[in-house]
Amino acid sequence: MSRTEKLQSVIEDLKNQFEGDIIEIKQHAGDQQIRVSLNKIHDVCEYLFQKHHFAYLVDVFGADRFTSEDRFEVIYHIVSLKTGVRIFLKTWCSEENPVVPTVTDIWEGANWNEREVWDMFGIRFEGHPDLRRIFMPEDFTYHPLRKEFPLLGIPGSIDLPTTTPDSE
Amino acid sequence: MELKNSILDKSKPTFFEKHQNALYKSLEDKHTTVEVEQDPLGTRMILNMGPQHPATHGVLRLLLELEGEKILRNRLDIGYLHRGIEKIAENKTYQEFMPYTDRMDYLSPYSNNVALCTAVEKIAQIEVPDRAQYIRMIGAELARISSHLLFLGAMVMDTGAISFFIWTFKERERIYDIFDNFGGHRFTISHCRIGGVHNDLTPECISMIKEFTESFPKEHSDWLKLLNKNRIFYDRNANVGNITYDQALQLGVTGPNIRAVGVPYDIRKFDPYLKYDEVEFDIPTRLEGDNLSRYFIRMEEMLESIRIIRQCLDKMTPGPIRTDNAKQTYPSKDEVYYSMEGLIHDFMMTDTGICPPAGVECYHAVEAPKGELGFYIQSDGTGHPWRMKIKSPSFTNLQGLEKMLDGEMIADTVVMIGGIDPVMGESDK
Repeated sequence: MSRTEKLQSVIEDLKNQFEGDIIEIKQHAGDQQIRVSLNKIHDVCEYLFQKHHFAYLVDVFGADRFTSEDRFEVIYHIVSLKTGVRIFLKTWCSEENPVVPTVTDIWEGANWNEREVWDMFGIRFEGHPDLRRIFMPEDFTYHPLRKEFPLLGIPGSIDLPTTTPDSE
Repeated sequence: MELKNSILDKSKPTFFEKHQNALYKSLEDKHTTVEVEQDPLGTRMILNMGPQHPATHGVLRLLLELEGEKILRNRLDIGYLHRGIEKIAENKTYQEFMPYTDRMDYLSPYSNNVALCTAVEKIAQIEVPDRAQYIRMIGAELARISSHLLFLGAMVMDTGAISFFIWTFKERERIYDIFDNFGGHRFTISHCRIGGVHNDLTPECISMIKEFTESFPKEHSDWLKLLNKNRIFYDRNANVGNITYDQALQLGVTGPNIRAVGVPYDIRKFDPYLKYDEVEFDIPTRLEGDNLSRYFIRMEEMLESIRIIRQCLDKMTPGPIRTDNAKQTYPSKDEVYYSMEGLIHDFMMTDTGICPPAGVECYHAVEAPKGELGFYIQSDGTGHPWRMKIKSPSFTNLQGLEKMLDGEMIADTVVMIGGIDPVMGESDK
């Protein structure tokens, strides 16, 4: 069975198991993105981990669908080392309440990736053990990869050391 | 002297106060079971290592809680080299963004260029001529050797042998010279173009590469003689920085670090790109999962790279080095200077760039020296990506380091950082 067939069988199985919660399946250049409803994303991840050997989490990252209805998107990129299948799961959350359940209990390595999403997009992960910012200091209050954040930054948003050594 | 119970009582940060306090707080919360009640000798302390430290390979900051010489728990603080290149990418055309990728993993710029180009070619469905693919493979493998050489020199220097660094740099210097001839730059080469490469290899460059592939294995075997049976080197690395199979999978470490626990996860074989399915090479793996096994894997990988380069040189046939479609790639300079259409196309490529279809997204990864380096691109139909996520191997590997450091000795910290081989430019993005 080729890799695309295996991927198809995984998707078919997901469709049967989580009828109605698999909202959309998009395909481009061989990559399949499966959109799952927000309240089932953790279950789908766990199901894939346990039943289809998706033991390796490559990445978790966010995206900003600026001006769209459910504004933020979290994408989970997982690989099955047994069959070599790559799957991209995604889920959307609203701007007013950007909270997504954590997957650190399934893949420990999601820890830093989720911290990065929190830092860059301000999406909180419910149940995350240590949700701190990862690149920016805690004193920074903006989320820079949101589309409304200006490319040049916001003057005064971050406390920088004085450049002249003598001044206090 | 009264022992203060909380780290927060002791620390009085003067700069980024919230940030420092959050870090200390998180260190304290890490394992609630570890409690030191009495500390009559004052051996328990918090050591801030870095970000300015010669052995942390850049601006990595480690917060170590020590009891004597033993690390009880630790936290890593990254982001000191954060430049926001994902944000920059959203405001540049795909080709304009390429010089930024050079500066991510600055020890192997060519691999990063290849990663970006292959990802854009996948999303925009651009065909690349064979010769260009072989040239890219040669460049990427030379970059791998160059990166592993720096790893080797730095790691051996971390274990105490200073002169070794200079010997590996002698070889790296030759690779720089080859790259100088390759694309006109010694370091941040930016030689790839979307749809091909910038220029063909000169006969002189090919002979330089051939010469390198002949003389390098000799140097390599000399190093093996020096290191493999070296008592000091062996003892400093064996059983240091252990990570188990389960932990490695759970944490998602990548590159030589995951191959050191016996997972043959190498994108070149797992998901072949360019012409890697047409050349013969092996993926070295080990089972021990310690620093020494990572060293052995990287040493073997260098020889495998030499093998790949030799095959590429044999298989390369003369031909075009860039797609002949001015809507998808830059036209050659001959066209630009001598035809009006060429000039217009060149202008359009610079101004608008390549426009993948609207609303599509895809991912492509290459095996960089540090591990899986991938670009996930979401396109909105314009010449700029809507979102470009860079999956950088150093970032995931550093997360593994945080796990490994617990319970180790302070003196081994430096060796373990060397063994993981992180590049902060890449992990901090």
